[in-house]
Amino acid sequence: MLKDIFLMMNHELSLGLVLLMLLLLKVSGKVLSIDGMLRLVNGLLLLNLAAGLLPGDEGYLFHDMFHSNSLVSLEKNILNLGTLIISLQAYPWLSRHEHPEEFYFLLLSTLLGMFFMISSNNLLMFYLGLELSTIPLAALANFDLDKRQSSEAALKFIISSAFSSGLLLLGISLVYGTTGSLGFAEIVQKLDDSPLQLFAFILLLAGFGFKISVVPFHLWTADVYEGSPVVVTSYLSVISKGSIFFVLVPVLFTVFKPLADSWYHMLVILSVLTMIIGNLFALRQDSIKRMLAFSSITQVGFILVGVSGSSQTGAAAVVYFVLVYIFSNLGAFGVVALVSAFTGKEKIEDYNGLYSTNPFLSWVLAISLFSLAGIPPTAGFFGKFFLLMAGAEQGNYALITVAALNMIVSLYYYLRIIRAVFMEKSPGPIPPLTIPVLSRFGLLLCAIGIALFGLWGWIYHYIYSLSSPF
Amino acid sequence: MNLSLLIWVPLATALAVALSGGWKQARIIALSGAVVQLLLAAYFLWAFVEARNAGNGSLMLLESSRPWFAPLHINFHIGVDGISMAMVMLTAFVVLAGVLVSWSESYRSREFFFLLTFLAAGAYGFFISLDLFTLFFFLELAVIPKFLLIGIWGSGKRQYSALKLALMLMGGSALVFVGILAIYFNTRTGQGFHSFDILEVARQGLPPSVQKFFFPFIFTGFGIFGALFPFHTWVPDGHSSAPTAASMFLAGISMKLGGYGCLRVATWLMPLAAHDYSGIIVALSVIAILYGAFATMMQTDLKYINAYSSVSHCGFVLLGIGMLTQTSLSGAVLQMVSHGLMTALFFASIGMIYSRTHTRILSRMGGLLKVMPFISTVFVIAGLCSLGLPGLSGFAAEVTVLMGSWQNPDTWYRLATILACCSIVVTAVYILRAVGQTIMGPVPEKNDFILQDASWNEKWAAGILVFGILIVGVTPFLLTKLTGPGTELIMQQVEKAISIK
Repeated sequence: MLKDIFLMMNHELSLGLVLLMLLLLKVSGKVLSIDGMLRLVNGLLLLNLAAGLLPGDEGYLFHDMFHSNSLVSLEKNILNLGTLIISLQAYPWLSRHEHPEEFYFLLLSTLLGMFFMISSNNLLMFYLGLELSTIPLAALANFDLDKRQSSEAALKFIISSAFSSGLLLLGISLVYGTTGSLGFAEIVQKLDDSPLQLFAFILLLAGFGFKISVVPFHLWTADVYEGSPVVVTSYLSVISKGSIFFVLVPVLFTVFKPLADSWYHMLVILSVLTMIIGNLFALRQDSIKRMLAFSSITQVGFILVGVSGSSQTGAAAVVYFVLVYIFSNLGAFGVVALVSAFTGKEKIEDYNGLYSTNPFLSWVLAISLFSLAGIPPTAGFFGKFFLLMAGAEQGNYALITVAALNMIVSLYYYLRIIRAVFMEKSPGPIPPLTIPVLSRFGLLLCAIGIALFGLWGWIYHYIYSLSSPF
Repeated sequence: MNLSLLIWVPLATALAVALSGGWKQARIIALSGAVVQLLLAAYFLWAFVEARNAGNGSLMLLESSRPWFAPLHINFHIGVDGISMAMVMLTAFVVLAGVLVSWSESYRSREFFFLLTFLAAGAYGFFISLDLFTLFFFLELAVIPKFLLIGIWGSGKRQYSALKLALMLMGGSALVFVGILAIYFNTRTGQGFHSFDILEVARQGLPPSVQKFFFPFIFTGFGIFGALFPFHTWVPDGHSSAPTAASMFLAGISMKLGGYGCLRVATWLMPLAAHDYSGIIVALSVIAILYGAFATMMQTDLKYINAYSSVSHCGFVLLGIGMLTQTSLSGAVLQMVSHGLMTALFFASIGMIYSRTHTRILSRMGGLLKVMPFISTVFVIAGLCSLGLPGLSGFAAEVTVLMGSWQNPDTWYRLATILACCSIVVTAVYILRAVGQTIMGPVPEKNDFILQDASWNEKWAAGILVFGILIVGVTPFLLTKLTGPGTELIMQQVEKAISIK
């Protein structure tokens, strides 16, 4: 039993260890300078990532509440990697902050919550993990302590999360009422398309929809993203969303498989709405953070196209895309975070002529944006291609056409930034920034990931081999 | 030697350019890369002809295939037939000339040569792909470098043009994307897998309903790249705003991606639909030919003249494809090669003139023949080729297309052929006018700039392209013999499809 726990919960345990060390570090007073502390934490996160890569074990724990397999391990590793990159990019901002230990404590708690959520095999466990991953995030959104906008963002986030949790809970109780069980394995046997169950499912889907900001449940997204510190925004838009997708896919594909006919149509409608509305709003933004926020809504729409494919290729494409999306979006947000931390500028026109002063940042930003837009040879191209390909498997070419046209619209606003950076001339461009080593390392990781993980077919092959058939 | 070297060499060149120390180093690397590409292309041409002469009759030669995304049965499958070989040679010529013309580009020149070489890699990859996924990959690969080249180094309303070009071309590729997914899911190999493999799809044939529904997607998608009316509007803006080398690449290579795609993917893989829709294609291409020609008459800017005339000339490519006879198809290929060389030469000479006179407006120029004899001569050659002077490539190509078109016995198609013929007169008017105003007459007095004749690099660039034009013009049968089996194959596919119907 104990050996099982060590092998199956290796990610949770190693992350718990890091949390414990942070706590000890905090209570022991100021033994380390802020700089030293940040380096130590980044080192620990790197170790944590490495520990996660060690082979674990497959199986079930705690009366089938918790499960683990290679795909789940891979997903946790992906989240670990993303968190490490974010932590590297947070360096210039945190080094001037008063409470870096608390930041990491909250951040890693949410990550732990996500791990439990991904591993859940029971709706209660899922809910527990979800709440653990949500509540500290609200505190994080408020982490620019002297900015009013930041606390506004936190308040909006906590209210909308509470609301969506309410929906989820109602859905869960209805599921329990109609099937008499909360375990995934039992629920699937007792689902029979009755109206009450369908209603329960819709509530659950709406709860999920809030978390991944699917239109029409997206209204909180832009304000929260804009008000939060850039680092938290990138965490919200990438890691938090990615983890929900990691749960959503198996829940839809295995637990609610009997309702597949119903949720297929729901997904199609939601994804079309999400892509179009996200794009329409992104087109009009002047703030680069808001634009990235809306563009991340659009990206969710694309992911839903892949989910709607309901196949092994679909499941693989979603995981693959989230991995690619982590690199792409974090690359873009990383540059924005750096510029924002040093100059406080967050408007698109502030980026005019960035290339003449900061060529490295410009190229990283360009590669990331191209990857977000799905331009070859970046990994984003492959990610999008496989998502839409999975969607096309159902023979719904109208959906694919809508998605493909939306890619063109999204290309427009990504190219707007490229235009500002490379083509516009500015009387006072952002001065040459001295990029800290840790941030540079984080950005390089993103660029390498974008360049490598697409062209190198092995990654996709590996993810596909782990994904379970529909 | 493996055919994939045609992709690796430009990519390696691009990388070396990016890592190079300064702009002088960068341009030397870019030039040597371009020379190596030309030698490689020539070698592959030689190997190809040798193999054909030795009696190797397989569809594609120099084939190689390796799995890329194995679970989806996506392979990196490359190989060439005569048509692709002709396109590869064209690309190699234009790339070399383009690098030579930009020899003195000193503003961000490392980035400039990097993007040029990257673009070349995309074009080579596209022409040698035998897998729809790879083909699509390279098609899109070649778009963004154009956007950056025009937006950063262009002139006039460069940002607007760059954005318009990028969005329209990506729109085209989005249509292609939907089409190839439909092809993929309607193909089943022997083991029950779907396939992107062009040869496999051609062997199996697609169900008529699928062809009928998705042909417009693919043809329009590639058509946007090849200036299909009414989606040609990116052509004038894009070409006129682009820096010289980018204009050459754009008109000489990129627009050929469209024509090649229409032929290889749309017509070959969906022969029945190609036959059914041929009326619309012919109508649109005749409109493009005439509209392009008349629009050119109204232009006063040399680059716009060539850009609009490109719309007209590329109309012949699509006309040849739409007419669906053996001769018209090989005429279309001939026209692609001819137009690629000719328009590259045209843009090169316009670029040389502009860099000296700092104007491209016809009325402000004159008498250039006296002060810059070499450049003016090149300009005249390009003009005469565009006009269709026998002995130059334009004549051979357009005559072949028109002859092939006439072979289509349908009355309406004959009418279309006659209308297309009429455009030649219009072409003569605008070309002679442009050439006359530019190089004849007195030199305007206000000319306080120094009009030097071509430098060594410009002479070489022009020489290479003129050489190509002459080869195609004097011995077009070499090219038709090279592309013959390829076009025959497409025709067989069409005839088979019609007979089954």
